[in-house]
Amino acid sequence: MTLSLPSDVVSSTTSSGQVVLFSSMDRYHALVAELKATGFEMAIDLCAVDYLTQPGRNLPENIAPERFEIVVNLLSLSARQRVRIRLQVPAGKPLVPSIFDLYPGVEAMEREAYDLMGIAFSDHPDLTRILMPDDWEGHPLRKDYGLGRVPVQFKEAPGPR
Amino acid sequence: MTTIDPTIRTVERSSTLSFETSEGRQEMTPRDETKPGELSKEAGAVLRLPEGGVLDPSQIDLERPDDETMIINMGPQHPSTHGVLRLMLELDGETVLRTKSIIGYLHTGMEKTGEELTYVQGGTNVTRMDYLSPLHNEIAFSLAVESLLGIEAPARATWIRMIMGELNRVSSHLLWMATNGLDLGSTSMMIYGWREREMVLTFFEKVTGVRMNHNFIRPGGSAADLPDGWEDDVTVICDTVEARTYEYDELLTGQPIFRNRIEGVGAFTAEEAIALGVTGPLLRSTGVPWDLRRSMPYLAYDQVNFDVIVGTYGDNFDRYAIRLNELRESIKIIRQCIEKMPSGDYRIQDAKVTPPPRGRIDESMEALIHHFKIFTEGFTVPEGEVYVPVESPRGELGCYIVSDGSSKPLRIHVRAPSFVNLQVLPLMLRGGLLSDAVACISSVDPVMGEVDR
Amino acid sequence: MGLEQFPHNFVTAKVEDLVKWARYSSMWPVTFGLACCAIEMMGAGGADFDLARFGMEVFRNSPRQADLMIVAGRVSNKMAPVLRQVYDQMMEPKWVISMGVCASSGGMFNNYAIVQGVDQIVPVDVYAPGCPPNPETLMHAILTLHEKIRTGELTQRRAAGEPLRLDAKPDGWTPEVPDAVRVSTPR
Repeated sequence: MTLSLPSDVVSSTTSSGQVVLFSSMDRYHALVAELKATGFEMAIDLCAVDYLTQPGRNLPENIAPERFEIVVNLLSLSARQRVRIRLQVPAGKPLVPSIFDLYPGVEAMEREAYDLMGIAFSDHPDLTRILMPDDWEGHPLRKDYGLGRVPVQFKEAPGPR
Repeated sequence: MTTIDPTIRTVERSSTLSFETSEGRQEMTPRDETKPGELSKEAGAVLRLPEGGVLDPSQIDLERPDDETMIINMGPQHPSTHGVLRLMLELDGETVLRTKSIIGYLHTGMEKTGEELTYVQGGTNVTRMDYLSPLHNEIAFSLAVESLLGIEAPARATWIRMIMGELNRVSSHLLWMATNGLDLGSTSMMIYGWREREMVLTFFEKVTGVRMNHNFIRPGGSAADLPDGWEDDVTVICDTVEARTYEYDELLTGQPIFRNRIEGVGAFTAEEAIALGVTGPLLRSTGVPWDLRRSMPYLAYDQVNFDVIVGTYGDNFDRYAIRLNELRESIKIIRQCIEKMPSGDYRIQDAKVTPPPRGRIDESMEALIHHFKIFTEGFTVPEGEVYVPVESPRGELGCYIVSDGSSKPLRIHVRAPSFVNLQVLPLMLRGGLLSDAVACISSVDPVMGEVDR
Repeated sequence: MGLEQFPHNFVTAKVEDLVKWARYSSMWPVTFGLACCAIEMMGAGGADFDLARFGMEVFRNSPRQADLMIVAGRVSNKMAPVLRQVYDQMMEPKWVISMGVCASSGGMFNNYAIVQGVDQIVPVDVYAPGCPPNPETLMHAILTLHEKIRTGELTQRRAAGEPLRLDAKPDGWTPEVPDAVRVSTPR
């Protein structure tokens, strides 16, 4: 059995044959709710991507590229099917509706996206940092945040004892 | 005068004696300072209220008034050998009411590091995430890169990946049984588990050169072929470990103290597990027969016979039994791999992906150039994004790679099973004793390397 | 050498040697396994490599009962204050082995998240390289530490004269008073 996907959302299968749905911000929460009702019982993964260094990427025609993307992978155990949702998030207002009310399991994943990428989620029960110390400044996974590499000086090794 | 990168860490010392180990808003707060949604989450509520239902904090049945309970801190350094997990528990005597886990003590910035490494080097990075089953990380990463490249590893490489992956599952489950036994008080199990694990690690050292964090499975195949005589080594491992699983049965499975400590403890339902995104032995313990190797096969798992072990009650004993029997099933798979191992290339013969043999560099200019390009710049991967999951001993381990057409990934994200599985802890610990908490954490089998990445 | 060699019925030795022998023969490590190196450390405690022959199979969970801290694994910036706190709770005499390249120098992770060498936080006696080091490498590090104790000074304070790469406050830092070490971003 193959689950049918909502037809009003732009979809593509160019990603190595995997089905990807491109959603707009206002359609996002309702789309995820529809997919859950269709039979995608489990939210496998939610992550954030920063496209600052690749603004001109391949997207379907009527999708306007933004700096950030939220990528949600859903899984249907009964139909053995996966679907991916890509949501464009503007850099000026990185606020996304949380899908915690549909899938409680994304709580930690949304916190990680907030912590490392700085994308806030409305209606999240506890939007605090999860991986970095609480008083950290900045969002490390963003492209404009340096790696934090410490310059290493190689000195001559001492002779044998 | 060198300019200092503002993100460089420096060590300051304050003159106060208080240590800055507090993590501010990440910690558990008294009930009146906690928001209702967070309060219900810490108390173990998972399934949502029906439409229109609003949570009233006074309705959360937490049994004891606030001033008669105690919030204690467990970790990040604690005897339970599962890494740097910090738990804050609200206790009424010995009974756990609320749980909040604070992670990030092993955050290594691996996803950021992965953006600076080429696809050839990426394996060294991902392999250290789930350090108990490093080969599964490498398999997920290599499958994702191959998917983006549009290539397929040869048959022998696929079967080598399978046999190494299953041996890794054996060693991971042996380690779990050892640490679980130790957490519950059985030091003998710790010694036995490590004794068997050493056999597998010695074989890994023979094949890959290192005991852990091998960087053996690479895009295109594996780094080297299996050495001569590997069938005998693996057969010895299979026979010995299989016989010893019956020793473990004798030591643990029927033993009354062990049974009392883990039967009925940490139970949760399939509905709650699916809502939380829990996969692996935890999901199977609730009765859901979901194993990626059977349900959505990858590599050559559709060509081997094995059973998917499923529990009934979702308690700790089910998970112990599942892992013990998965060990036996993995040995079954390994024996079939020994018989069915095809001959052929262990790595794809694509010069753009696979470096040439070292000897040929002296002979052929083209080989030298390919070697140079692959190891300095790396091979480029076409633009695209892909998510490839595998079944690791802890659950669904997925690798999501976004490529911008260069030789380094734009974004590499690993869906770590333990990161998601840890969310089931408040549910498991609720209403149990503190010593049950130790058993439950052990039963979840978290690996903090992949939780924090 | 057996007691038959001695025509007398008593043995002489220096108190200093006896104390040093006692110290290195039953050094109890505190469980400070962080990442992959912790697995190899546990393997060293297992039956094949057996730390028990050095008197070290007892990994004390409470730092107050331990005298050796084997920092096994990568130390993140979030973990650094915890590391210092556990170290300060240990009683003198105490030693630190930095196991693995991540603990010794940051390893392959030269980035925002990892402390580049645990010797920025605690004074280290022996560094064991490897990623992860073999249990045999760890045992070599332990034996080196034993050698260091056996041939070293009994009463020399470890911090005296040893370069610690920490920014010293102008009013000085004495080893007797444990001071707070805060790892933070520069403002």
